[in-house]
Amino acid sequence: MLEVRGLEAGYGQVRILRGIDIDVADGEIVAVLGSNGAGKTTLNNNISGLYRPFAGSVRFAGEDVTGAASEAIVERGLVQVPEGRRIFPNMSVRENLELGSYRRGKPNRAANIARVLEIFPRLEERLGQAAGTLSGGEQQMLAIGRGLMAEPKLLILDEPSLGLSPLLVEQMFALIRRINDDGLAVVLVEQNVMQSLALADRAYVIENGAVTLSGAAAELLENADLKRAYLGI
Amino acid sequence: MLSMTMMPAAIVNGLMFGAIYALVALGLTLIYGVLHIINFAHGALLMLALYATFYLFSLAGIDPYVSLLIVVPGSFFFGYALYRWGIGKLAHGRDQNILLITLGLAIVFENGALFLFSADQQTIDVPYAYESLDLGFVFLALPKVISFFASLTICLLLWLLMAKTDMGKAIRAVAKERQGARLVGINVEHVFALSYGIGIACLGAAGCLLLPSFYVDPSTGNIFVIIAFTIVVLGGMGSFVGALVGGFIIGITESVGGLYLGESLGQIGISLIFILILLFRPTGLFGSKV
Repeated sequence: MLEVRGLEAGYGQVRILRGIDIDVADGEIVAVLGSNGAGKTTLNNNISGLYRPFAGSVRFAGEDVTGAASEAIVERGLVQVPEGRRIFPNMSVRENLELGSYRRGKPNRAANIARVLEIFPRLEERLGQAAGTLSGGEQQMLAIGRGLMAEPKLLILDEPSLGLSPLLVEQMFALIRRINDDGLAVVLVEQNVMQSLALADRAYVIENGAVTLSGAAAELLENADLKRAYLGI
Repeated sequence: MLSMTMMPAAIVNGLMFGAIYALVALGLTLIYGVLHIINFAHGALLMLALYATFYLFSLAGIDPYVSLLIVVPGSFFFGYALYRWGIGKLAHGRDQNILLITLGLAIVFENGALFLFSADQQTIDVPYAYESLDLGFVFLALPKVISFFASLTICLLLWLLMAKTDMGKAIRAVAKERQGARLVGINVEHVFALSYGIGIACLGAAGCLLLPSFYVDPSTGNIFVIIAFTIVVLGGMGSFVGALVGGFIIGITESVGGLYLGESLGQIGISLIFILILLFRPTGLFGSKV
């Protein structure tokens, strides 16, 4: 579904990604793990069309989308829920969800909102409230809900656990599992290694802008290098 | 005291002019809210709209109110194109560049107008210019009454556009969260240009509504842009309601100030309000806290 090949990217003269290869198959949860500054967000933003990569290619659903405009990429069903949520704080929860389907026809809108509210019932009582007044967990739910409104085929979640309490992280990951059970492919970009590996089918570990480890999540859980790098064991 | 009996008349007159001010300020505040820059070309573009209305009347015989149908869409497309293929391209994504470019455009437009249309003040002579409505305590010139209600209607339409349509929601989304907007598939450059176009369309409407009771020369716009800027600061940068309420407050201040201090000193009140707001409530009446 998603094929990233030799992606090199950065900002201005600064090269952050040094040739990244990533694959995501239909219906998979793929974790992309790495510490702060490894290049995870840069990778997302280049896949999502916010920036143009220096080199390499991104193919989605059989089409080359390298350097395509972000709206064209959303249109194709590749949707990113960004780090820091980036919801519209001045607008109501309902308006945020409606804007999620900006590239989709209005006829599906009501049904999509109903589906999002079924997954995140907490949002229902907040529909008329300004999004900026929600708690951190609710804002993360709204950000994911807004992403789902775009009828994605692949959802990239950038650090959905950031700033959430351990209990909320657990709930959030259970909800991600549930979204995936409906057939949606998910790329989970995280620093939270253990929980992400428990959830994902496969994983990539990024360090200094390159993939250093990859494989089935269950195998990586047992990997000695990974344990040393992230758990200090 | 003579001036006390004239007070209600001054207030009503202030309201009439305040509605036009509000329209000009609405365009300015919309552009500020979305692009986060002061559009220094605002006055010059209002002047161009006034000239467009003037020439549509003097050359083609089109009534200024009928011209609304031509000048408003024309201003929108002009504003859209000016931003999309001019200001936006030249700015290279830096806000301070936009500021300088609009300032440069103002100079180009004003001097271009000076060259093409001469420095003479131009007025049009419409049959209804001196008709008036008698409210009992005041005679109101018909063009002012029309412009009052038309301005309010346009403000209401604009509010509906912003609150109810996807386009309006996209504009509000871009105003606060550009990256989030990109990620839901909003073409941000398009929305910038749309906002600029709508802001200039407000000027187009103001031009058509003003001309029957006003004049145009290459520097007319400056009168309005300083007042509009005061209104935007008074109402709160980027606030729609603020622009409307601010427009009325400034209109009344000017009119009442004129009554007590004479025409030429009437504007002192506006500057006074500007200074007081900056001192005591820098976010404006309806502005959000920083």
